[in-house]
Amino acid sequence: MSEVKLMKGNEAIAEAAILAGADAYFGYPITPQSEVIEYLMVERPEDRTGMVVLQAESEIAAINMVYGAAGTGKKVMTSSSSPGVSLKQEGISYIAGSELPCVIVNVVRGGPGLGTIQPSQADYFQSTKGGGHGDYRLLVLAPASVQEMADFVDLSFELAFKYRNPVMILSDGVIGQMMEKVIMPKQKTRLTNEEIIEQYGDWATTGKPKTRERNIITSLELDPYRQEAHNHKLQAKYKKMEENEVRYEMINCNDADYVIVAYGSSARIAQKTMEMARKKGIKVGIFRLITLFPFPMKEINALADKVKGFLAVEMSAGQMIEDVRLAINGKVPAEHYGRYGGVIHSPEEVLEALEQKIIGG
Amino acid sequence: MAKIKGAIEVDVEKCKGCGVCIPACPTDVILLAKDVNGKGYHYAYMENPEACIGCVNCAVVCPDGVISVYKVKVA
Amino acid sequence: MDVKEIIKPENLVYKKTKLMTDAPLSYCPGCGHGTAHRITMEVVEEMGIWEDTIGVAPVGCSVLAYDFMNIDMTQAAHGRAPAVATGIKRVWPNKYVFTYQGDGDLAAIGGNETIHACNRGENIVIIFVNNGIYGMTGGQMAPTTLPGMKSSTSPYGRDVKTMGFPLKMTELVAQLPGTHYVTRQAVHTPNAVRKAKKAIRKAFEIQKENKGLAFVEIVSNCNSGWKMEPVDANNWMVDNMFPYFPLGDIKVDGELVK
Repeated sequence: MSEVKLMKGNEAIAEAAILAGADAYFGYPITPQSEVIEYLMVERPEDRTGMVVLQAESEIAAINMVYGAAGTGKKVMTSSSSPGVSLKQEGISYIAGSELPCVIVNVVRGGPGLGTIQPSQADYFQSTKGGGHGDYRLLVLAPASVQEMADFVDLSFELAFKYRNPVMILSDGVIGQMMEKVIMPKQKTRLTNEEIIEQYGDWATTGKPKTRERNIITSLELDPYRQEAHNHKLQAKYKKMEENEVRYEMINCNDADYVIVAYGSSARIAQKTMEMARKKGIKVGIFRLITLFPFPMKEINALADKVKGFLAVEMSAGQMIEDVRLAINGKVPAEHYGRYGGVIHSPEEVLEALEQKIIGG
Repeated sequence: MAKIKGAIEVDVEKCKGCGVCIPACPTDVILLAKDVNGKGYHYAYMENPEACIGCVNCAVVCPDGVISVYKVKVA
Repeated sequence: MDVKEIIKPENLVYKKTKLMTDAPLSYCPGCGHGTAHRITMEVVEEMGIWEDTIGVAPVGCSVLAYDFMNIDMTQAAHGRAPAVATGIKRVWPNKYVFTYQGDGDLAAIGGNETIHACNRGENIVIIFVNNGIYGMTGGQMAPTTLPGMKSSTSPYGRDVKTMGFPLKMTELVAQLPGTHYVTRQAVHTPNAVRKAKKAIRKAFEIQKENKGLAFVEIVSNCNSGWKMEPVDANNWMVDNMFPYFPLGDIKVDGELVK
């Protein structure tokens, strides 16, 4: 009974959380993602599936509610936009350090500071390099359509529990606000408390029965050697993500002379650029990142053997370009193009940048 | 008439010698030892054991929970 | 009668609850935290709810509370324990959830989380240990440091003109409709401990009945931070802390005590 619906990206995320069998959502309003909590409040998932929805007093409180609930083995989500996600960083670091699963949605807006409510992709560093304090990584998924906003929620929960790690859906104001047709997944049944105790009883704080030692959720380890060992464990986990979870899409890269690397709404704009370029006889392909961490290092490195240059297109002053250059390792030129501070680049601008910075250069 | 006799047992190695139990004792049973435990604390002990009535006051205020209390009725 | 004849298992009338682990407490000699931990765990044991109780430890001296309480626990970021407890309680409404926090954690950095958890009437217990100082970081001024009281960041005494007044968080949360029971206790004498334990028991009973938030402040000592002998610190607390933070119930059955 998959029915085609017309929905905003933010609404699709909210509906997908209910359908994924999430146990709770804790959030705080901020433009351009307030539709997530608004949709949930209208929809009353407590009646539909028993999912809890709570508007917290701040993003800080919201992420710490996520931390508490995630520590009990429940499927928990929060969402925010850039300044709000900055506020959440301490909590995200605790969640990563304590190895808890959860899903965090960032519908990115322009910054720095209060910035603007217009779309941006300038939270790439914050999302992929850690964001808060300490050595940790989030698994970061970048949807490029309302359909992917919906599809990535369940995928994110799967990955979050597979690795016991926070997963971020890094969207932007374009995808969040845009309405598109979307086919929603089927309703997943929420786990019962007994199933949660059965499946996650070895770590979750669900109350200590006689049959096991007490479970403690903490990121504190005062002994530096043990803290280092814990960090080794985390790093091994991130390496496993790098080996197993790289996701991307290559469009017309087989015969391409030039490749645009992009994610999210920039990848969609780049598709138009590609069409325009090919009409002019320039063979352009697109490498669309789906996971930003893990980053497809090997794949882009391999592509660098076959093409003449790369253009990294992102709505930032140049963040993802650093990883693209690391991947290419100097084999061919790689340049950045992007408008930022809330401005969205046009396909024409991107083509012009490609011609001037890569083809002409 | 039955008389109550009490006694306390101090986990000497965990006692920190704070002395909070001393004013809590209504019959002045407890003092801090001149000797020290493995951590260098002058631990609590029964200086005056005959006076103990097993009222548990010392154990109730002991921050480290190192005092166990015993009590018997003597005919 | 010989002591050895009295000290026999059948004559035992009091020993530390099994819900306290055997780990030596990390607190300074004479610190009230140990007593507050123990009576909390005694209440959980006496109510028979240890398999259904989840505690939240703060940042502060009691950050390692989970090493001492033999139940499932989560360690919260500084000040966020009421939010963490909210998250747990909302997804496990049938469990008993409590936070254990100090004054810096609850009344300074976590003021917002405290007020809002109280105002929502979360069905949790908050145990608030107020010793008027930041103990763990080495005796800095807390929101509850008394006027004129010296600390490492008020070395000439707290000047209320520039450093503000001690915050009566407990009176403040009593004003909020979400709190059902608000009380201030102490653990420096046997009687005080017994009263404090009764208050904690009442707080957990309120949670059992889903009546709203129960808030138990325990005015305590910090002999290291105050630079006093433990017994002297308790006496100083009676003479100086109690006049500003008077003991007793502030709100009972959702009504302010007149």
